[in-house]
Amino acid sequence: MSSRAATLEAIRKNRPSGEYALPEVPVFAPLVGEDLVAEFGERLKRMGGRIAEPGSADPFEAVRERLKASKIVASAVPEIEGNRDLSQVAQPQDLADVDVAVVRAVFGVAETGSVLFTQDELRVNAVAYLAQHLIVLLDPADILVNIQAAYRRPEFGRAAYAVLHTGPSATADIEGVLIHGAQGVRSLTVLLMPRGAH
Amino acid sequence: MSADDLNLRSGASNRDGLIHPEVAKANDESERGQDGQRLTHAEGASRPISAAPKAAREPQPRGAKIRGDRPIDQAEAAERFLAAPLHQKAHDERLWDVRKKRDVATHGIPEWEELRELASAIKAHTLSRLDEYLEQFEAQAKANGVHVHWAADGAEHNRLVHRLLKDHGARSLIKSKSMLTEECGFRHYMAGTGIEVIETDLGERIQQLDDEEPSHVVMPAVHKTRLDVAEVFAKTMGTDPENDDAHYLAESQRMHTRPLILEADAGLTGCNFAVAETGTVVTCTNEGNADLSGNVPRLQIHSIGIEKLIPRTEHLGVFIRLLSRSALGSPITQYTSHFRKPRPGTEMHMVLVDNGRSERLGMEEFWTSLKCIRCGACMNTCPVYRRSGGLSYGATYSGPIGLIIDPTFNKRKYSTLPFSSTMNGSCTNVCPVKINIHEQIFAWRKVLAEEHQIPLLKQGMMKAAGQVLSRPAAYRAAIGAADSALRHLPRFAVYNPLNTWGKGREMPETPRQSFHAWYRQNRMGKGTGQ
Repeated sequence: MSSRAATLEAIRKNRPSGEYALPEVPVFAPLVGEDLVAEFGERLKRMGGRIAEPGSADPFEAVRERLKASKIVASAVPEIEGNRDLSQVAQPQDLADVDVAVVRAVFGVAETGSVLFTQDELRVNAVAYLAQHLIVLLDPADILVNIQAAYRRPEFGRAAYAVLHTGPSATADIEGVLIHGAQGVRSLTVLLMPRGAH
Repeated sequence: MSADDLNLRSGASNRDGLIHPEVAKANDESERGQDGQRLTHAEGASRPISAAPKAAREPQPRGAKIRGDRPIDQAEAAERFLAAPLHQKAHDERLWDVRKKRDVATHGIPEWEELRELASAIKAHTLSRLDEYLEQFEAQAKANGVHVHWAADGAEHNRLVHRLLKDHGARSLIKSKSMLTEECGFRHYMAGTGIEVIETDLGERIQQLDDEEPSHVVMPAVHKTRLDVAEVFAKTMGTDPENDDAHYLAESQRMHTRPLILEADAGLTGCNFAVAETGTVVTCTNEGNADLSGNVPRLQIHSIGIEKLIPRTEHLGVFIRLLSRSALGSPITQYTSHFRKPRPGTEMHMVLVDNGRSERLGMEEFWTSLKCIRCGACMNTCPVYRRSGGLSYGATYSGPIGLIIDPTFNKRKYSTLPFSSTMNGSCTNVCPVKINIHEQIFAWRKVLAEEHQIPLLKQGMMKAAGQVLSRPAAYRAAIGAADSALRHLPRFAVYNPLNTWGKGREMPETPRQSFHAWYRQNRMGKGTGQ
């Protein structure tokens, strides 16, 4: 008998007796206030992320210094021109030298300060982890109230890869000392910028 | 935000108590957030940890001695841990801090108890129809272009993954933390194959380099001090043995591991949740290493314990809200990743592993332990675990959840573990899926006693206790005798090796009078005055 058949047969034999109905999950009231942008920013900051409004003269004022200090910028958004074309990347390893990656989020979540990407926004999934720093463009209109609302979105049922980022890569595996950039990005900055504004 | 945070905001005195403040840069982005508040997300400690003086260097106490199938002597290993006060204190405080962060996080959610009920019920339902949900998951995954494999036990899992790697000509594999692969002994198996396995979670990597098992399901190296880590890294990666700064050590590991990640031919992750309706594998991590393992190499493997199934995506809206809050007190992990289809030009494999789970499903008193989502909350709250360290259990799963899972793998070897509990029930109270952990610990004691899996001394004591407890008059006589005996016996008679309760703790001060005696004297026979 194959392991598949053996496992399934053992499960059928050992099913717990009794009826265990699947409960309806009620819609819970949001834990956040009405100003979703402020709530999102507050929670993102607590998770080690940074938040910035676009500057009036230079919309990218908040991240200009970081961009200037970077040799290699991989941009997946039309608003910023990088010098590493993600559509020409043959393999993920080629992104190992990227200093800053710029990506647009599908949506944000106010409850946790998270942003969602799928393979479509990232172009090459690995760029969000191999880059030293990540800059995320988020339309303030795309902020959902909570995680429950996020999981009702269709992306999770159709994306090949979907990921919620909440702040940068972090570890405190050594004596509880918090360190950003364990393996992935050392910083994550969300720039509030409506779609198609620039 | 707590008062602690506010006090820490201003001035240089903020940095008091930090380990090596001279090494941590003033503009360190990790320590403080954008507004200057102290950050405690991920596994971060909520107070600065005071630096233990280097002069007080203390060798790391090692775990339980493994002697084949012979019963683990957890108490012996725990005694050695207790005899290392720096380690014991750091471990205890660290985990209690995490437990307190968990409390703060849960108190912030009015529907917390309702979420626990829901999670528990969703898991019970899924387990009661696990065959159907597994078939649905498999069909979905196959439709997504994923290769699905089944492994009856750990050995088959290891052989299967090894064959996959060989068939693809892989020379190295990067992996993220997975308790399932620990359970399968995957790393030990691979050691003989010539294919290098590289752990990419910092804590797990420390443990791999030190040739030790993880001591905690979420924080694998929580029993080690930074001095221990400095020693391990100096030996294995050539770092400066005198530099024990956590920033330096973590950065060294990043620089050391990154080329290995880029060169790896294959990547493997575990699985926190497997969604039946979409065929999705969900991983929850803080470091981003599971996403590197899944997104960089050409061959991608996910090892899945069959109890990880949940029916629908919407149910993640319950479990994700519970997991990290229970584990670390943060609202979510830094990364919550959903792997569904292979990247173009690459292969994605999923291995569904039974390894005793289908059998456990048939154990009337113990099947609900399969609801466990491996958050570690029961470990953080357990007074025995905090003072004895995860490695003292000599098993893949330590702490309260280990006590009820481990005997299902090997009844003889883990026969003593269910006795490593004070039965205080705190584990049950914090469990996000409402497993009645302490009741199952008690049930295991009965099973093991009936099957003669416990030592004769304990059996004799329990038999005597059983006789006394079953007869009220005998119980009262015994209590009276014990109380007066405790008052009058010399110390050597109470604190001797036959009385395990006298070890490491003082006996309670005995009351002058038992409640029963007081009640008889003051309340009985006084008529119905009230």
